[in-house]
Amino acid sequence: MGIIEADNIAYEYLRRDEEGNVEAIVRAIDGVCLNIRKGEFVAILGGNGSGKSTLAKQINAILYPCEGTVTVDGKDTADEDKLWEIRQCAGMVFQNPDNQIIGSVVEEDVGFGPENMGIPTKEIRERVDEALKILGMYEYRKHSPMRLSGGQKQRVAIAGVVAMHPKCIIMDEPTAMLDPSGRKEVIRAARALNDVEKITIILITHYMEETIYADRIVVMDKGHVSMTGTPKEIFSRIDELKAIRLDVPQSTYLAYELRKRGLHLPDGILSDKELVTELCRSYATI
Amino acid sequence: MSIICDHLNYIYSKGTSDEIHALRDVSFKIDDGEFVGLIGHTGSGKSTLVQHLNGLLRATSGHIYYNGEDIYDRDYDMRSLRGKVGLVFQYPEHQLFEETVFKDVCFGPKNLGLSQRDAELRSFAALKSVKLPDEYFDVSPFDLSGGQKRRAAIAGVLAMKPEVLVLDEPTAGLDPEGRDDILGLLRDLHEKENITIILVSHSMEDIADYAKRLIVMEKGSIFMDGRPKDIFMNIPELESIGLAAPQVTYIMRELEKRGFGVDVTATTIDEAADSIVRAVMRNSII
Repeated sequence: MGIIEADNIAYEYLRRDEEGNVEAIVRAIDGVCLNIRKGEFVAILGGNGSGKSTLAKQINAILYPCEGTVTVDGKDTADEDKLWEIRQCAGMVFQNPDNQIIGSVVEEDVGFGPENMGIPTKEIRERVDEALKILGMYEYRKHSPMRLSGGQKQRVAIAGVVAMHPKCIIMDEPTAMLDPSGRKEVIRAARALNDVEKITIILITHYMEETIYADRIVVMDKGHVSMTGTPKEIFSRIDELKAIRLDVPQSTYLAYELRKRGLHLPDGILSDKELVTELCRSYATI
Repeated sequence: MSIICDHLNYIYSKGTSDEIHALRDVSFKIDDGEFVGLIGHTGSGKSTLVQHLNGLLRATSGHIYYNGEDIYDRDYDMRSLRGKVGLVFQYPEHQLFEETVFKDVCFGPKNLGLSQRDAELRSFAALKSVKLPDEYFDVSPFDLSGGQKRRAAIAGVLAMKPEVLVLDEPTAGLDPEGRDDILGLLRDLHEKENITIILVSHSMEDIADYAKRLIVMEKGSIFMDGRPKDIFMNIPELESIGLAAPQVTYIMRELEKRGFGVDVTATTIDEAADSIVRAVMRNSII
């Protein structure tokens, strides 16, 4: 049984005019089935308005489906009594770190979640230290979050979620506002949480490069799941991706351009290293 | 016509314990019709700098000359400067507020003191140039998709007929196609309407594809200023300040190390693909 199971779910937004009358119904998610196994690293791709953020919000019960059911660790998200358990099990990280940080000292901010859960003070201390160490922010525990770089702030926000000991973390475009090194820091942290801490990760992003290490990619389009597969399988379908406003990693795109120009390279090249290796194997003179 | 920054310094909260020296002795000249990329990690002073260019922030010391006139002169017309140097903030769609897209775009030119008719004519032209379809002119800006909202917001600035357009991370959070739309629009404005573009971005790939000149900021100072090709040759220096080169540049470096004889200054996919194909052909003839 998966840690997250969405069974044929649909979600509708109501659009209202000035008087509050319903003008139109927008079906943001329609007939989505998704089964995420414990410990999996799943990336969700999709154009703006494809329904990926709406889907993510179903997973920790910020929204719940109007048709179908979502279960998180066996608990139905429509069951209000289970709300806090679900949110504790599935933590969420958003795009803008400045909107997620409330404490004036890093360790206070990270302690906010467990404090709200009613954890004893001594254990909060342990959890905060542990979370900060996992995210590599322990030495900044006494700093003011305002003075940190974007990547550091986002890692503090993630530490705040980790301190609640979730089984699953949903990251909704956590790198959209970060510079290259900040992006690297956050993605490295996500991979470490998955590899070492065995936390299930669901990563939503517009940067194709960030998804190449995922176990699985789910592509959303117009509220449906339009493709699912390993990064290699998904990024081999470059024309289909372009048709739904998406892209492929730069290395994949360069390999594609080289093939168009007559070089022989295999499908599904994802990283710099793979491309260089393949080029050397086929074309190096030495 | 040009913008000259002459030894600019800017200090936030001067004289308090929170004092931050955000700009340090910044000097440069941007000529008419340039397309400049401005990069630097979060907190390096980019956003502070761009807010000086249309007089939103006033330098603690130093001067800015717009077309030869000192904008800090007592009788300088700051209001007309704000019309000439258009600033598009991060997430400009958060500033949309009117009932309809068209009214929202009219807001800027009307504030410049234009008649209703002139404001409407300009707004119409601006919405056309960002390629927003006519049927959206009379809908609420909040019913547009992410990419459309951003284009509407940019139209609001274009309607002021700026000579210089400064954009602070205009593609953050957009999907790959939305990103290409916005960047293509900037290229058109630059090439067809000869608008000077200053583009702040965290995406080295976008900068490499579009900008003709790069200004790199670090700790409030100018760290490098030159052609993207030359700047992206200095990978260790860029990485030391939290930046990077475009991914293809790394691939070309690696191939060169393996004896491929490729052009290591390639920064775009096309350049790289052409250079690799040439190298392979040359190698196979020998």
